[in-house]
Amino acid sequence: MRIGTRVRLLAGVLTLGLAAAGCGGATVETGAGPAQPSAGAAGSSAPAAGGTVKIAVNPWAGYEASAAVIAHLLEEELGYTVEKKELAEQVSWEGFETGDVDVIVENWGHEDLKKTFIEEKKVAVEAGSTGNKGVIGWYIPKWMADEYPGITDYKNLNKYARLFRTSESGGKGQLLFGDPSYVSNEEAIIKNLKLDYKVVVGGSEAALIESATQAQRQKKPLLFYFWDPHWLFSKVELARVNLPPYTEGCDADPKKVACDYAELDLDKIVSKRFADTGGKAYQLVKNFSWTNEHQNAVANDITSNGMSAEEAAKKWVEANPSVWAAWIPQ
Amino acid sequence: MSSGTVGAAEPAGAQAGPPAGPPTEPSAGPSAGPSAGPPAGRTGSAAPPAARRGAVRVPRWAPALAAAGLAVAAYAAYAAFQGTATLPHDDDAAPFRIVADLRAWADAERNRSPFFLFLVNYVRLGVGSVHDLLHLVLHGLGWAGLAGCAGALGWLAGGARTGLLAMAGFGAFGVLGVWQASVDTLALVLAAVLLSLAVGLPLGVWAGLSPRLRRLLTPLLDVMQIMPTFAYLAPMVLLFQIGPAAATVATMVYAIPPAIRITALAVEQVSPAAVEASESLGATRAQTLRGVRLPLARGTIGLAAGQTIMMALSMVVIAALIAAPGLGSDVIRGLSRADVGLMLPAGLAIVAMAVVLDRVVTAAARPPYEEALGPGAAARRSRVRRAAAGALAATGILLGRVLPAEFPGAWALDFAGPVNDAVDWAKTSWYGLTQAVGGAVAEGLLNPLQTVLTEAPWWLVAAVALAIGWRTGGPRPAAVATGCLLATALLGLWQHTMETLTTVLVAVALTLLAGLVLGVAAARSPRFAAVQRPLLDAAQTLPAFVYLLPALALFGATRFTAIFASVVYAVPAVARLVEEGVRNVAPGAVEAALSCGSTERQLLWKVRLPMARPALLLAANQGIVMTLAMVVVGGLVGAGGLGYDVVSGFSQRSDFGMGFAAGVATVLLGITLDRITQGAGRRPLTRTST
Repeated sequence: MRIGTRVRLLAGVLTLGLAAAGCGGATVETGAGPAQPSAGAAGSSAPAAGGTVKIAVNPWAGYEASAAVIAHLLEEELGYTVEKKELAEQVSWEGFETGDVDVIVENWGHEDLKKTFIEEKKVAVEAGSTGNKGVIGWYIPKWMADEYPGITDYKNLNKYARLFRTSESGGKGQLLFGDPSYVSNEEAIIKNLKLDYKVVVGGSEAALIESATQAQRQKKPLLFYFWDPHWLFSKVELARVNLPPYTEGCDADPKKVACDYAELDLDKIVSKRFADTGGKAYQLVKNFSWTNEHQNAVANDITSNGMSAEEAAKKWVEANPSVWAAWIPQ
Repeated sequence: MSSGTVGAAEPAGAQAGPPAGPPTEPSAGPSAGPSAGPPAGRTGSAAPPAARRGAVRVPRWAPALAAAGLAVAAYAAYAAFQGTATLPHDDDAAPFRIVADLRAWADAERNRSPFFLFLVNYVRLGVGSVHDLLHLVLHGLGWAGLAGCAGALGWLAGGARTGLLAMAGFGAFGVLGVWQASVDTLALVLAAVLLSLAVGLPLGVWAGLSPRLRRLLTPLLDVMQIMPTFAYLAPMVLLFQIGPAAATVATMVYAIPPAIRITALAVEQVSPAAVEASESLGATRAQTLRGVRLPLARGTIGLAAGQTIMMALSMVVIAALIAAPGLGSDVIRGLSRADVGLMLPAGLAIVAMAVVLDRVVTAAARPPYEEALGPGAAARRSRVRRAAAGALAATGILLGRVLPAEFPGAWALDFAGPVNDAVDWAKTSWYGLTQAVGGAVAEGLLNPLQTVLTEAPWWLVAAVALAIGWRTGGPRPAAVATGCLLATALLGLWQHTMETLTTVLVAVALTLLAGLVLGVAAARSPRFAAVQRPLLDAAQTLPAFVYLLPALALFGATRFTAIFASVVYAVPAVARLVEEGVRNVAPGAVEAALSCGSTERQLLWKVRLPMARPALLLAANQGIVMTLAMVVVGGLVGAGGLGYDVVSGFSQRSDFGMGFAAGVATVLLGITLDRITQGAGRRPLTRTST
């Protein structure tokens, strides 16, 4: 009896597969096809009035804030259903190809991915700036800047290298780096500016956050790679180290970089299919644009004030109707 | 990972998760010949007896002298050749590029090649629909229905206590405030476990009957278990895309090996007398299998199911990285917000799920407890049990229809605030101490060892590995170990392998130390054992990420943080094995020692520990394999080495090749260490039998 059911189930599953695939073997739906975004992949819930929008949620609070506000407006103002998917950056891009992702709301550069997925595979398109400016740089806790004169100038870093020595840095000063997926010129900058430092890979954003928090609380020296906007700035006082300023093209050859990072214009990426058939939802995503202050307000509610992303988004939307009114398509 | 049998009685040898493989495998090298290659730096106690059997009586101190001589020679070679032939790391080595090209091919062929059209894509559809079906049913029951059914299943399997435990465990999901996510995770885990058992049990039975198939499968299973999950996550995405189907398949890869291994062991070890009796009565092979082997192996096969569940649960967080819904995403989100209070409920729900599933499955595998009561009473009790279970399920389902499907929010506890306060307090006040400990280990052990390993020429490291392997296991394991070690150089990952080896060696040493202390303490005091057991269970099933944040704050982004995480993860298995080993020492020997007037201390050092040596060596072997499983986590907290390469390969498209190669290198390193220690574990067994 039980075996019988299982066999029948298996047969059912197989027929389902065959039916879904026709007779030519099973193919995988690609983001370039003409399917409606509302069609939803097998097994997803029933479509709402406006259809379903699948937003990738990359794992940092600023991203989550932008995604939450867009999701809130899509659901409340335009009547769409939103599926949020927690994904790493790289994997989100692959989602464009499979139809699992419609929107990435905050993309940090990633020229290599743009080349692959926008130019070569043609499954994604750019959907304009988010209005947020991303700045990568080297930071130290503020108490160090007060205590050690001139430490924020890269020319003095060698003088203070001893302070930053750790068990991992092999006698040199330590520069703590984060997740491997981050944009990085660290090795080249250290080499070309002849700094007596070694890059130690923390491996994750958490490694950076915990180290920075302790650096302030325990008054422990720390030099680390970080970026703005980030909610951490509202909790820990940081000072930025001034590397030689960025000039157009100074980072053209990755091996010869000896300058600070350029200010990144963060942008939105959507799947080609969503751009073609997404209608008002696509218009809203394309129009979405706000400032770092806006994002930090929402992100801070999420990380420090114990709100869920939805609550924080609702609060912001209610307080700032004039900002988002312009995003709603007519 | 392995030995996660939460509190279940463990038949000896069945804990053998990864390649620790039961010491019954046939590949044992020639045991203890008067081998000439004693290792440098091995604890002396084992050396002398080997010489005693030789035709010419060699003085007792000869092997020790030879060992010392070789150690001096190795040191001299190190001093002379330090810095030469070191094979530094290159991000763009040829093997990495080959793997990257392979990836590009798969990417392009997804909707063209028959391999995808007729195989991979069907697997995806099939697995996906099993998951979707379970997902639908579990959510359809509503919270009351699901808790009722879980209670009914528990009651059927193990009586009222198991039933109540199951209900309490499922209730905990709601009380922790993570009901929805828990059910999502449950659907994923059940789908992976059911499919794993559907594939693994038949294969295991077959492998138990056919030694040839088992020899074929063993290396494959080794690879599946030691390969860091991150390393095959990227290829998994390539083949199956993202989403629950891909996550289920990734979970299966990790969960199938114990199902196959333990089932094979169980079927093989069924008493030969019973099998012979059955065959002499004219039973066919199939009849013997159905009527004798399977029923007798039932308990152990239940253990296989339990292990499969544990493995599947340990993949929950990783699966969240490829868009599997459930508890894993809470943990990941907590990680990026540095919020332990957000991660802990999800982590505890995973622990609760592990405990419930494990207890129900092990109870179900035990012969029904009424059998001891005699036929009449048994039938009555069994009827009562069915009635109770049926009533429970029916009430639950009915309530599930009436009540809203959502778990009532008012019943959920919110303890994020106090948890975060406690963590903050610990971070501030323990900082000085933890920094001192971490720094001491790094400066005293890690740095010197790493300098030696990375600056010694590769041939010297290989020669030392060969010598140690030869001494512990004989020529064949030594050759395999050395070959695997050298293969990491061919992959272009020699330096990172040496860095990882450093971390692993220190972690294993600390794990053994802690495991030995806890295990011996538990073996001597049942009360201590009872207190320790749930803590060990939790340490083993709680996702590492939950305690990684406080560890990061206290120890910083260092190799020591990685070591801390692997010690927490590996100690439970080691402590349990040590406890069993010490407790199972022949009572006769203990009594003899006591009657000769030996003190408790003498009893422990002179009798219990030496006699428990096989168990201790198995524990060492397990410790190594489990430590290797945490290599990747080390890559996330500043330990660098192969772990970082693997993480990098997952998150950076251009590093795909390096990540995959690093995964393979981890496996090779695992096999190297395993062959060396497995030989050591097997030797005393074979010697006593000669």
